[in-house]
Amino acid sequence: MAKFSFESQPRFRLLTEAQIRDLHAKALEVLETAGVKFESEEALKVLADNGALVDSASKTARIKPEMVMDAIKRAPERVELFDREGKGTVILGDSNVHFDPGSSAIKFMESDGVTVRKSEARDLVQISRVNDALGNIALQSTAVTLYDVPKLIGDSYRLYLLLKNSPKPIITGAFSVHGVANMRDMLAALRGSKEALREKPLAVFDICPSPPLKWTHISSQNIIDCARFGLPIETVSMPMPGAASPATLAGSVLVDVAETLSGLVLAQCVNPGTPFIYGGAPVHFDMRFGTTPLSAMEATMIAAAYAQMGKYYGLPTHTYAALSDSKTVDAQAGLETSMSGVVATLAGINVISGPGILDFVSCISLEKLVIDNEICGMALRLNRGMDLNEDTLALDLICRLGPGGNYMSEEHTFRWFKKEPYIPSPIIDRKDRNNWVEEGSRGSFARAQTRVQQILEEHQPPALDAAREGQLDRVVKDIMAERGIYELPFGPR
Amino acid sequence: MSDLEKIREGVLEGDIQGVAGGCRALVAGGMPPLDIINQGLIAGMAVVGKKFKAGDMFMPEVLMSAKAMGAGIEIVKPLIAEEDVPTAGKVVIGTVEGDLHDIGKNLVVIMLESSGYQVVNLGVDISPREFVDAVREHKPDILGLSALLTTTMLAMKDTIDELLEEGVRDGLKVIIGGAPVTADFAEEIGADGYAPDGPAAVELADRLLA
Ligand code: B12
Repeated sequence: MAKFSFESQPRFRLLTEAQIRDLHAKALEVLETAGVKFESEEALKVLADNGALVDSASKTARIKPEMVMDAIKRAPERVELFDREGKGTVILGDSNVHFDPGSSAIKFMESDGVTVRKSEARDLVQISRVNDALGNIALQSTAVTLYDVPKLIGDSYRLYLLLKNSPKPIITGAFSVHGVANMRDMLAALRGSKEALREKPLAVFDICPSPPLKWTHISSQNIIDCARFGLPIETVSMPMPGAASPATLAGSVLVDVAETLSGLVLAQCVNPGTPFIYGGAPVHFDMRFGTTPLSAMEATMIAAAYAQMGKYYGLPTHTYAALSDSKTVDAQAGLETSMSGVVATLAGINVISGPGILDFVSCISLEKLVIDNEICGMALRLNRGMDLNEDTLALDLICRLGPGGNYMSEEHTFRWFKKEPYIPSPIIDRKDRNNWVEEGSRGSFARAQTRVQQILEEHQPPALDAAREGQLDRVVKDIMAERGIYELPFGPR
Repeated sequence: MSDLEKIREGVLEGDIQGVAGGCRALVAGGMPPLDIINQGLIAGMAVVGKKFKAGDMFMPEVLMSAKAMGAGIEIVKPLIAEEDVPTAGKVVIGTVEGDLHDIGKNLVVIMLESSGYQVVNLGVDISPREFVDAVREHKPDILGLSALLTTTMLAMKDTIDELLEEGVRDGLKVIIGGAPVTADFAEEIGADGYAPDGPAAVELADRLLA
């Protein structure tokens, strides 16, 4: 992933090399001319100290091209994530693709596929346990907002529940300034020390600018704190064509690039070398209803284009895709999740957030999550591509068997038949009709209900050892005491 | 096409210059100002509201129509006393403290305006204090609060409490909305109503002021 080269451009390309260079030049111009607003004196001071022209009245920093170029050069080309047990499991970089459930839904769809209610702690516990069993979703995420947990601790407490219920690395995020420090303490408790955490990151922090070209107080402080603590940052820009960015796809990508680079500059000024993932949640803005569909093809096209920019800068990339804006788990949900998921995969985006999600990231369903796991499996298969070598081409075998040959009992077949395909779970029906009828003529949603039931009853995620569990509980108890909270659902005793 | 019809058509098409010119000509020709407003400008905007609700018009088109209507009102307004300007009611609206989501709120504003309400849009991240000041200044019939975050929903309660403390809650209808907000929550914090979307917000406002 060399910087400013075209070596790691993905398979699917919307932009030519000349267009990438042009977008880069124009993004530098936006940063220097329009500047970016940071609602944080600390952020403005850091930027001013590093050469930006800061206007304190409008809280705007005009950022010089040299600062941007320095920041790009300082950011690492790959970010490796280590699971709860310290094993390196996920490398964000090149065209590796990893999925995680979409984040911070405020509603939970019950297993009847109809009832939708506010999300609670018990839902995140179930999501993390089901997701732990899913082979094609490498990461956990703070998937829901907890309505039964006080807001002062609501953001960081989600991380606690995830750490308890699954060893997979995590995509997290704060809704408060103190949230980052609280979460850092939890993660460090598991790793043994803050230094050990720096060396082996376990969680990535989502931080959102407010489009166009603005960072709130909380987001600015979150960047500064993550950079200081050495926690990987994933910025999530949300270009909104026609509302918060130009109505054109090109103009929206340009705003996105400038906004993201401004976050990168702040992070690298605070702490050179801070792991930084070029992320986003692009939407199509539907002018008929004023809604923000994230699964529209136009939204995914913006993601594919900015991913090319991210790769040009030698940065790992992220987007929201493999999700749907449908209100139920229906055909629309399947087609939107698949299309956006496959396009984002072909665009080589390293973290794809979305599985499980409905209704503009506001609702999550366990049944959809297990169905989407199949979509992810197929997308990952596509990403693995086709191996062409002497053995796979099997020229000798073809000549030996000749016309009318039977491949079924060949040793070559025996060696390869399992390696080539992605073998789906029973959610994907590939039986003949008679067998399908005999098993009750059930559709994919019914089969997904069964799968969820099975996982919840049978799957035991690897447990956290008692010593580290004690450490983690102590940290959370301290945070609770500090905030005057004495009991929480599934909380430490 | 009658002259008033042309005004209505101009509003529907978002033809700012056409509407302004048409209104000027009507004023010069001696048409009563209230007729121009009621039968021309507001009647045109009512069609816009219906078309938007039906999905036949898009947001930028509705905004252009609202601008065209505004241009017409500007021309006719000096000819009538302020209190005679017809309005369905006055609304002050804003997104609560700590919250920057405004797309949904702006949609509600468009719908209210296109239904004849006079709306003062305060913007985003509005503190309880600022809401109180705005209520004192504009004396609205309705105060609308928007929140999209579970963390900022509490600011709605703070705002209503502040209105009570400052003695400006009486006679004022408070309506709230935003994705995490529910009718139960509205009742809990002592708001007068909740609406899930723009058209429902108009129906709610109509009902509260009936
Ligand atoms: C667009 C968006 C943003 C944009 C907002 C841009 C803008 N100018 O508004 C940006 C990128 C800035 C943003 C930022 C953040 N967001 Co946001 N955002 C959204 C998103 C995707 C869509 C919201 C939207 O515009 N919907 C479309 C409109 C039409 O619908 P609506 O707002 O609900 O409005 C309708 C009704 O509710 C009603 N209504 C609204 N207001 C009112 C008022 C009255 C009086 C009445 C009667 C009716 C009414 O009528 C409207 C019209 O039909 C939602 C997801 C969602 N589904 O809501 C997340 C969402 C609300 N955001 C979320 C989060 C977490 C954030 C951030 C905290 C992220 C971060 N970590 O930085 C920041 C917070 C910034 C801040 N301080 O406010 C979460 C909230 C989770 C939670 N626990 O509360 C959501 C649910 C997404 C998610 N799952 O993560 N966000």
